[in-house]
Amino acid sequence: MANNIRKHAVTMTSLGGSSHIGSILSIADILAVLYGSVLKYKSDNPKWSKRDRFILSKGHAGAGVYAALAESGFISIEKLKTHYQDGSDLSGHVSHKGIPGVEFSTGSLGHGLPVGTGMALAAKINKNKHRVVVLMSDGECDEGSNWEAILFAAHHKLNNLVAIIDRNKLQSIHSTEDTLSLEPFPDKWKSFGWEVVEVDGHNQEEIFNACSNIDIPQNKPLCVIANTTKGKGVSFMENNVLWHYRSPQGDEYKAAMLELEKNDA
Amino acid sequence: MRDAFLAALTSLAEKDKDIILLTADLGYGVFEEFESRFPGQYFNVGVAEQNMTGVASGLSLEGKKVITYSIGNFPTLRCLEQIRNDACYHDANITIVASGGGFSYGSLGMSHHATEDLAILRALPNISVIAPCTANEAGQAITAMIHDGGVGYLRLDKTAAKDNNTDSLFSIGKAIRHKEGSDLTLIAIGGILDDVNIAAFELQKLGINARVVGMHSIKPIDTDEILDAAKNTGGIVTVEEHNKDGGLGSAISEVCMDFGVIPKKFLRIGLDNMYSSIVGSQQYLRSRYEMDSEAIVNKVKKMFNS
Repeated sequence: MANNIRKHAVTMTSLGGSSHIGSILSIADILAVLYGSVLKYKSDNPKWSKRDRFILSKGHAGAGVYAALAESGFISIEKLKTHYQDGSDLSGHVSHKGIPGVEFSTGSLGHGLPVGTGMALAAKINKNKHRVVVLMSDGECDEGSNWEAILFAAHHKLNNLVAIIDRNKLQSIHSTEDTLSLEPFPDKWKSFGWEVVEVDGHNQEEIFNACSNIDIPQNKPLCVIANTTKGKGVSFMENNVLWHYRSPQGDEYKAAMLELEKNDA
Repeated sequence: MRDAFLAALTSLAEKDKDIILLTADLGYGVFEEFESRFPGQYFNVGVAEQNMTGVASGLSLEGKKVITYSIGNFPTLRCLEQIRNDACYHDANITIVASGGGFSYGSLGMSHHATEDLAILRALPNISVIAPCTANEAGQAITAMIHDGGVGYLRLDKTAAKDNNTDSLFSIGKAIRHKEGSDLTLIAIGGILDDVNIAAFELQKLGINARVVGMHSIKPIDTDEILDAAKNTGGIVTVEEHNKDGGLGSAISEVCMDFGVIPKKFLRIGLDNMYSSIVGSQQYLRSRYEMDSEAIVNKVKKMFNS
């Protein structure tokens, strides 16, 4: 599924002239594992009460979620072409309105984890067994609201909450460490009372093992730091902040698709 | 007002386990009984209003009816984007309660003066904005807001106008007429209705017969009552413990212009586009900024003489 998400996303951002392809390629493997084998859901019954709740907090990578939803049967693959177009409900930042399977709309950073924390608290109160998974960017950990939620989730022992961090180390202009250093990043989460697991964010087996091993955090929420490469899968986009903004057009689009199609072979 | 609010909320929580009260570490000496009576329905989230509003949204999307509580501007302006994006856009079921509207915490200084909240909150789609004028209205408001669902903002003043037998008429979006009159209509929001009632009594002695309207809901607003005042009385004077820009006077003038019904006279009484660096009691600051009963009488007299 990961390569399909990448191809969809490259096409969507090309057709739409939209930004953030680098951020989407960064999480394609994570989305593929989540929608392929970790999250419990029913695409023909999106509001199934026992579903796992998934929030994409880095809403600018919404095209990746739309692609994953199309690959998982929530929406048609044909609909993806409307992304970013006049009159479309497939907005640049992920929105739940009219899109089955999107739990929560984001776009402004630092919102997903507090909301996911509330959902996890509700599940505890209601004695429900489902989990809440929030996929965040590393850059958005600059937002103070996240650290409010990180304190709260640990205090209330929300071991049904998983935060996955797309640790690609690049944010909007420079690296995370040159902008507002996050390191020692795992230690920060640990010191706030979370269980922390680091994985290769492009190794699907490692992602699966980290996210599906619910025995690890006994009374703690789980943070999975997924070490990733921004732009992963298209060589000229990798680790290049230009592709936070640039839309692949013409020869760039063809070259990107050629690389991704080779992966199918 | 806060006592009436809490009494009503307690009564509701007894019958509905989905009601959850979140406080951002305020309410010492206020919520202890609620906390002990309703375990699992009360959380002190700490001094963290953004997370409180996000958590409230998450709880609400799972079926809970959530109240977020703090004082002054903390549960509103501090987390405005969470209210907009997380609560309003998602049709959440959250009532945001701020204790300390206007100059309620006058002596605590500018940070604690809530004088732009009504304007800012009413600019959001998908929210109701209510500032009760009397204590009974505060209890009736929280009951109605939880019953109706959706996102609401409830602004509670420290002081309140006296309750009278019209309180049983409370309905969101429906103003309450406290006194009949034809020479002009005084329209107030919040506890400052008390000063308006006194001013109307004094104006009566001067031969000016004022209608008095308590407009506890600024959104949705009672269009019929406003248009009736514009058509059938000698003018409209609005009174609010709030900045003039975007507040009650603005909302009422919008209705008049939208419907093409222009009052013969129109005056907004409120804070004149400023922050107060002066401190003092709520009543002192009303006087200082010329919105107390004496100032209302003087401004109405001047309006009629001009």
